[in-house]
Amino acid sequence: MDFTLKIWRQKNSGEKGKFVNYKVGNVSSDSSFLEMLDVLNEELILKNEEPVAFDHDCREGICGCCSLYINGRPHGPDELITVCQLHMRKFKDGDSIVIEPWRARPFPVIKDLIVDRTAFDKILMEGGFVSVNTGNAPDAHAVPVPKQNADLAFDAAACIGCGACVAACKNASAMLFVSAKVSQFALLPQGRVEAKERVRAMVAKMDELGFGSCSNTGACEAECPKGISLTNIARINREFIKAGSA
Amino acid sequence: MTNFFTSSIGKKILMAGLGLFLIVFLLVHLGINLLLIIFESRDPFNIAAHFMGTNVLIKIFELVLFGGFLLHITYGLIVQMQNWIARPVSYAKTHPSQTSFFSKYMIHTAVIIGIFLVIHLFDFYLQAKIFGGVPEVVIDGKTYHDLGLLVFEKFKIGWVVIFYIFTFIFLGFHLLHGFQSAFQTFGLDHRTLTPVIKASGVIYSVVVVAGFILIPLVIYFGN
Repeated sequence: MDFTLKIWRQKNSGEKGKFVNYKVGNVSSDSSFLEMLDVLNEELILKNEEPVAFDHDCREGICGCCSLYINGRPHGPDELITVCQLHMRKFKDGDSIVIEPWRARPFPVIKDLIVDRTAFDKILMEGGFVSVNTGNAPDAHAVPVPKQNADLAFDAAACIGCGACVAACKNASAMLFVSAKVSQFALLPQGRVEAKERVRAMVAKMDELGFGSCSNTGACEAECPKGISLTNIARINREFIKAGSA
Repeated sequence: MTNFFTSSIGKKILMAGLGLFLIVFLLVHLGINLLLIIFESRDPFNIAAHFMGTNVLIKIFELVLFGGFLLHITYGLIVQMQNWIARPVSYAKTHPSQTSFFSKYMIHTAVIIGIFLVIHLFDFYLQAKIFGGVPEVVIDGKTYHDLGLLVFEKFKIGWVVIFYIFTFIFLGFHLLHGFQSAFQTFGLDHRTLTPVIKASGVIYSVVVVAGFILIPLVIYFGN
């Protein structure tokens, strides 16, 4: 398969970037999107040109590193996948593909398609944990957890922090990410102890870092590779009201 | 509590609360206006309008209403500005994902409603309260402002009717998202209740907009 790629190139966070067009040919329809970019980069290196910088690590949809905005969609044209799980057969031969980095003030571009997502780590540092004394791990059945809550907490914990929600949101809001993190703890007895402080601190940090607010548009849920539900956003709103009125 | 209404979620909760308050107000407003086309005589409308304009309790609520409008608009603008600032560089290519369509255009529909609001206040409210010159009518020996006549005269003008109907449609778009979105902002999410709320939002929006559109149409095409 042959493609024309329109890729955002930017030397560093200080310099202005621009789109550059590249042709890439002989791409297997079974190769992943990242493998297709590898092919392009090998060609660029052979031509003594600067390869395109993009984030990637596990290449099996778990790490959340690969963060490309492909043809107007985070992680490209497929549901419930990350870019590494996107196959070139999802495109038509001869397609023109626009590749951009996540666009959000708290996610500045480091180079080309790589953005700095430290903002998410900063939010997690505010409350994405349970403060417990160290010691032996307790037995799994020592603290009873309703099955339904365990399942919902697990669903929320499926968030890989890739930032597709922020990228997809018209307001660059991090509400789906933060709500997933707040939910996974709020639903479990161990997390309830610090639920109020957690939601207050994480929301305050999210605001401070410059993420937008939630318009209940639902673009985040539609583009999330892990299917994190909008019900988590309702839950964080609930938790926030509870924390604020106490 | 001090930081509650300055936080992103707090601001949205305030906006949602005020929005629901305005949604209730619209129903009252529509109910009184419909008196104009339900009855042959303008008397019931004029008496109701007189009550709304003179009752002490309603007068207090009028202040709350103006405050509600101002806060909803102010907070809406602040939230929108912050949202725009959150994405300084926009995407070159966008894709219409499967999202609530009207939620993306709340600020646009809001601007149209805002402009309408100013014109609407000049058309009726300020005429009665400040400018004077509203004709009077005697009902059962008591003198009332004939606000009904004011409405009839306004809605005999074609472009006024078109402008009002145009705005009502955009008000409907605003309500379609606003109604159900307010409940999500309050954290209300329920397997059976949420679909009911969403359906109620659609029914409310359609009924209120149809009601408001009906009034100028009936007056314009009536005698």
